[in-house]
Amino acid sequence: MRKLKRQLCAGPYIVWIIGFTVLPILMILYYAFTTPEHRFTLENVLSIAEPIHLKALLLSVRLALECTVLCLLLSYPLAMILNGLKIKRQSFIVFIFVLPMWMNFMLRILAWQMLLSNNGIINSILQALGFSGVSILNTPAAVVFGMVYDFLPFMILPIYNSLVRIRSDVIEAAKDLGASNMIVFFRIIVPLTMSGVISGVIMVFVPALTSFVISDLLGGGKVLLIGNVIEQSFMQGMNWNLGSGLSIVLMVFVIASMAFMNSHTKETEGTAVW
Amino acid sequence: MKRKILSAFAAAFLLGALTGCSGGSDNSLVVLNYGKYLDPEMLELFEEETGIHVEYEEYESPEEMYTKYKAGSIDYDLACTSDYMVQKLIGEGEVLEMNYDNIPGIKNLDQTYFEFSKAFDPENKYSMPYFFGTVGILYNTKMVDAFEVNTWDVLWDENYSGQIIMENSVRDSFMVPLKKLGYSLNTTDENELQKALDLLIDQKPLVYAYLVDESSDEMVAGNAAMALVYSGEAAAAKIYNKDLDYVVPMEGSNMWIDSWFLPKTCKHAQNAEKFLDFLCRKDVAMKNFEYVYYATPNLEVYKALDKEVQNDPTIFPPHEVLEDCEVLSSLDDDSTKLYNDLWKKLKSN
Repeated sequence: MRKLKRQLCAGPYIVWIIGFTVLPILMILYYAFTTPEHRFTLENVLSIAEPIHLKALLLSVRLALECTVLCLLLSYPLAMILNGLKIKRQSFIVFIFVLPMWMNFMLRILAWQMLLSNNGIINSILQALGFSGVSILNTPAAVVFGMVYDFLPFMILPIYNSLVRIRSDVIEAAKDLGASNMIVFFRIIVPLTMSGVISGVIMVFVPALTSFVISDLLGGGKVLLIGNVIEQSFMQGMNWNLGSGLSIVLMVFVIASMAFMNSHTKETEGTAVW
Repeated sequence: MKRKILSAFAAAFLLGALTGCSGGSDNSLVVLNYGKYLDPEMLELFEEETGIHVEYEEYESPEEMYTKYKAGSIDYDLACTSDYMVQKLIGEGEVLEMNYDNIPGIKNLDQTYFEFSKAFDPENKYSMPYFFGTVGILYNTKMVDAFEVNTWDVLWDENYSGQIIMENSVRDSFMVPLKKLGYSLNTTDENELQKALDLLIDQKPLVYAYLVDESSDEMVAGNAAMALVYSGEAAAAKIYNKDLDYVVPMEGSNMWIDSWFLPKTCKHAQNAEKFLDFLCRKDVAMKNFEYVYYATPNLEVYKALDKEVQNDPTIFPPHEVLEDCEVLSSLDDDSTKLYNDLWKKLKSN
């Protein structure tokens, strides 16, 4: 009786998972391996090798890597600084960084579109100060900028969490034994925060790799990422089979990169989200 | 697609239509039209004059109209939509033949637009043109001289690098180089399309962005010198920024037509014909034109307008331009694929 009750409690989740995860994936798989005439084909999946699609995929990987590296370079020192502050201030500053996430991300990207435009606020200020304006909007750089802006909290929080967990006596012990600050950083702090770094990297790299809205809005339709190719084959080309085929390839790509990074965290018990 | 309206409007009208439904009188007419595409006073006048009760419903895009119609919950007697969607519905056997003899007022319409309608209704059997417009260049007179925009070549002028906005849709963007090269915008010839693609690739470094609905906003804000837009959007943008002007280059362009047709669900064909006849009447068409402010095919209305309005290219494309304009017709599956592949090539370049 009790067991049944417990199983019933799981009911909503099972319905949720089947309805919104399993069924859609099965549909994608079906579309990916069939032609519009419902015959089996590998063409949709193999079309990733076409120069246009390959180019879009490589550009996505490149921009996602750039975004991840930038996020990491910005987040790690920030997390260190945060960790050095008094507890009360820490939570306040973390709050400040999380605050933008309360707003809809589309609105924030649209705001950047206006800020960065030719006659936008940033250029007006630059010109008022006597500088020449920048025309960064509608370039790959703007797309990377938007991604970094959007995904930065996902990098800061796991790194910060892993830093907080390092007990101060570990560092004191190292210093007692004569380790310099450099050695403490590279031999103690970095290895102990690796799990946080890796979950941060995954949480930034994966959405950056698959994003298409940011590249549409800040790339002005000129930056074609693999996400845009997929979106276009659904919305404009009305070719669901091709879109699904490419989605499968992208999913495999995402899973592979996650597996690769996870394989490096097994030893350290940590804050990995995945 | 041609016209942005608040869905709130549509919702309000929908509500009206639904509550109106419960009346159930047989002397009625169910009409489906774009949002804000008919002077509401004209509906009242029609009801007053004929005693026919009109249930009027609105939609925003041709795709939405298609979905509403196909859902089949309401039997529409009369509907209005854009060229290519009319063609699609004719192709699916969803459109009834129209008996023009029952619409005497149709003689007020300029025969030219029936000729144009042949692109989607080859024998002029199914549709009656309602309003039409063009695709052209919306430009900022402070940045661009009027004589320059008389030709599509201006969109390849390096002086305007980073100042040009193109349409982020495949047919509209390919229309430009095809017309510049003197080809048909409905071409399916691979060579011609390849040449058009080469031109678009040449142009890409000069393009500020490929946009759809945001184009006119960007132009109003002064972020670019020129944008490829629909004439309806241009008219709206000019209200907000007096420096903007609109022109259709002399090589010709895409002309779009929104037409009335009788869907297969029509139960009150006579009433529908009476309504169409009513819309063709000079006084009604004039009021309607003033309300919608798109180009009307009604010759009687056109003749009665001020010279200034007649010659406003944002509304009425000049006749010599119109001669080189074409209406989009929908493509078969292979050609659609070809266009989409070329489009991807452009975007990934």
